[in-house]
Amino acid sequence: MDNARSFLRAGAFALAAASASLLPLATQAAEPLKIGFSMALTGGLAGAGKAALIGMEIWRDDVNKKGGLLGRKVEFVYYDDATQPANVPGLYTKLLEVDKVDLLVSAYGTNLIAPALPIVMRKKMVLPSLFGLAANEQFKYDRYFQIMPAGPSPLTDWSKGFFELAMAQNPKPKTVAIVAADAEFALNAAAGARTNAQKAGLKIVYDKTYPPPTTDFSPIVRAIQATNPDIVFVGSYPPDSVGMVKAANEVGLKAKLFGGGMVGLQFASIQKNLGPLLNGIVNYDFWVPEPTLDFPGVKEFLGKYQEAAKGKGVDPYGHYLPPFAYAYLQVLGQSVEATKGIDQGKLAAHMRKSTFDTVVGKVKFGKNGEWAKTRVLQVQFRDVQKDNLEQFAGPGKRVVLYPKEWKSGDLVYPYKQ
Amino acid sequence: MFSADLLANAVVAGILLGGFYAAVAIGLAIVFGQLDIVNIAHPAFIIVGAYIAYILNSRFGFDPVLVGLLAAPAFFVVGALIYRVYFLAFERTGQESLSGLAFFFGVMFIIEVVLILIYGVDYRLVQADYIGQSWRIGFVDFPFRMLVPFAVATALTAVIYTFMSHTFMGRAIQAVAQDRLALQLMGADPVRIKQWAFGLGIATAAIAGSLLIVIGPVEPSVGRLYIGRAFAIVVLGGMGSISGMFIAALILGIVESMVSTFAGPSWSPAVAFGLLALTLALRPAGLFGRR
Repeated sequence: MDNARSFLRAGAFALAAASASLLPLATQAAEPLKIGFSMALTGGLAGAGKAALIGMEIWRDDVNKKGGLLGRKVEFVYYDDATQPANVPGLYTKLLEVDKVDLLVSAYGTNLIAPALPIVMRKKMVLPSLFGLAANEQFKYDRYFQIMPAGPSPLTDWSKGFFELAMAQNPKPKTVAIVAADAEFALNAAAGARTNAQKAGLKIVYDKTYPPPTTDFSPIVRAIQATNPDIVFVGSYPPDSVGMVKAANEVGLKAKLFGGGMVGLQFASIQKNLGPLLNGIVNYDFWVPEPTLDFPGVKEFLGKYQEAAKGKGVDPYGHYLPPFAYAYLQVLGQSVEATKGIDQGKLAAHMRKSTFDTVVGKVKFGKNGEWAKTRVLQVQFRDVQKDNLEQFAGPGKRVVLYPKEWKSGDLVYPYKQ
Repeated sequence: MFSADLLANAVVAGILLGGFYAAVAIGLAIVFGQLDIVNIAHPAFIIVGAYIAYILNSRFGFDPVLVGLLAAPAFFVVGALIYRVYFLAFERTGQESLSGLAFFFGVMFIIEVVLILIYGVDYRLVQADYIGQSWRIGFVDFPFRMLVPFAVATALTAVIYTFMSHTFMGRAIQAVAQDRLALQLMGADPVRIKQWAFGLGIATAAIAGSLLIVIGPVEPSVGRLYIGRAFAIVVLGGMGSISGMFIAALILGIVESMVSTFAGPSWSPAVAFGLLALTLALRPAGLFGRR
C-alpha cells in the first residue's frame, strides 16, 4: 500500500515537474513571431513605402487567419525611416537589440536597404529585400535575398531588354543618350545601361546626371536632342520622370526609343496625369495586368490591396510594388514552415536551394541572392487616353515586349519621328 | 554642341524657370528679407497651396492658378495668425532667433504630417488645357507649363513691388524693417504692420503653390527641396529688395539652364551657389541690398 502510495506520489510529482518544465514552452508558443523592418512612410519614397506596407499587412493577416507561423501569431515591428538612409542603421539596431525581433525584412529601395546590411550581417540574419538595385554587389552577403526580379547581374540585366529590343530593329540604332538622377538607383541603372550600350556597339553621345531637385527638364532634353541620339535611356525618380516626359513632348524629342529606367511611370496617378504623352514610351516594369502574367493568387491579392488602399492616398491599383511586398514575405513564411524554425542558417540554406510559389510567379534565387533569371519587363504604353484612370486597371495599355516568355505584343517603333 | 538655337532656348528656359523661382522666393523676401523672420516653413505653405489647387482642380475642374489667386486671402489670414503666435511666444520675449527657428521647423513638420495624414503620400498633379502645349517663335519654344508660372510670378512681383513702394502699408513694412522704434515714435503699431507683412508673405505661397503643381507633381515633403534655393535668391538679390529678388531669381534660373544645357545638369547647383558665394564675397549685402 505504502509502495502504491509512494508510486502515486512520485507519479504526481513527475507530472507536476513535467507540467512546470512545459510551461515556458507553452508560453513561448503563445508568443507572437515578430518580424522587424523599417519602411519609408514619410519622405520621398513614402508613396511606395505605404503601398508596400499595405501589401505586407495583407500577408500578415492571411497567415494569421491560417494559424500563423510555427503556431505563433505573426506580428510586425516597424519604424518609419522617413526615406533617410542615415536613420536605417539605428532602426535595425533597435529592432535587433531592443525589440528582439525574430526575423527581419528590408525597407523599400536601394538607398534604404544598403545602410541596413552591415547591421544585419553582423547578426547573421537572413534579409529578404524589397527592391534594391544591386544593393548587395559590394557586400556579397550570402543571406540576402532580393525579390525584385532584376536577375543575376542586376546592373546590366535591368536594361538588357531595353537594349536587346532596340538592337533587334531594322535599321539598327547607332547612338544612345544616357541621363540619370544623381542618386543610388538611377546611377546603378545608368551604369548598367552604359555597359549594355557598349556591348551592343552603340555610340554614347550623351552621358550625364542631374541633381534630384531639378524643376525644369527642358534644357536637359534639348541638350540630348542636340546630340541626335537614336535611343534615349533615362534613369529617373517619379517627379523627374514626369518632368522628363513633359519636356520630351514640349521639345519634340525625336529619339526612336525613349524610356528604360523611369520610376514613377508605374504609378496610376502619374499614368493618369501624363495620359497620351506616355504613348510609345518603353519602360521597365515588374508586373502589369497582361494575360501572360496572370499568376495564381495575384488577382485575389490585388483585390484585397485595392480595397485596403481606398482613402489612404496610395497607388489605387498597386501593380508595381505591393505584389512583391507580399511575395518577399511569402518567401520568408514558406521558408520558416519548411525549416520548422527560425534558425537563420537553415532559413538561408532553404532560400538558396528552393523555388517558391508566390503571387508574382515562381521565385528562384541565384548565388548572389538576386533572382536566378532576370524578369525585368520592358513594357510599351499603347493607346493611352486622356484623363482616364480606369484604363490602366486592365490589359492593353502596357504591352509586355520583353522577356520573350512573358511577351504580350510587339514593339511599335520608332517612338517619334 | 553649341548653337544659337540651343543658346536661345537655354536663356528662355532659364528666364521662365527664374520667374517661377521668384514666385517661390517673394514671400521670403518679405518675411525673411524685410522682417528678419527665418520662416523655414515657407515652402511647406507653398505645398499647402499646391494641394488646395490640386483638390479644387481634381474635384471641380477649377484652373489651378485661379485657385491659387482665390486662396491667397485665406493664406493671408492664416499668416497673420501665425505671426501673432510667433510674436507672443518668441519675439516679445526676445527669443526669436533660435526658438523662432525651431518654431518654424515645427510648423513645417506639422504641415507635412497633416498633409500625409489627410491626403497620403501619393504624387498629386493637376490637369489644365495649357499644360503640355507649347508656343514656338522661330526656333524658340515657350512651354505653357513654364510660361504661365512666369507670367503670374512677374505680375505678382509687380503688384508686390508697387504695393511696397506706393502704399502707406508697404512703406510702413519697409520702415519697420529699418527702424522699428522710429516707426513706433511716429504713432504706428509695428506689430500690426509686421502681422500684415507676414500675412502678405504667406499669401504669396498660395499662388506659388498653384504654380508649382502646374509645373510638376507634388507630394507633402517636396517643399524641402526649395528651402535652400529660395533663401539663396533672397540673399543674392539683397535682403528685402523685391526687384533684387526677382533679378536674382532670373539669374539663378538662367545659370541653371545654361549649365544644364552646355556643361551638364549635375553642375547647375554648384555653379548657381558658387555664383551666390562669389556675389556675397564682392557685395556682402547682395546685388541690390542696402549696405
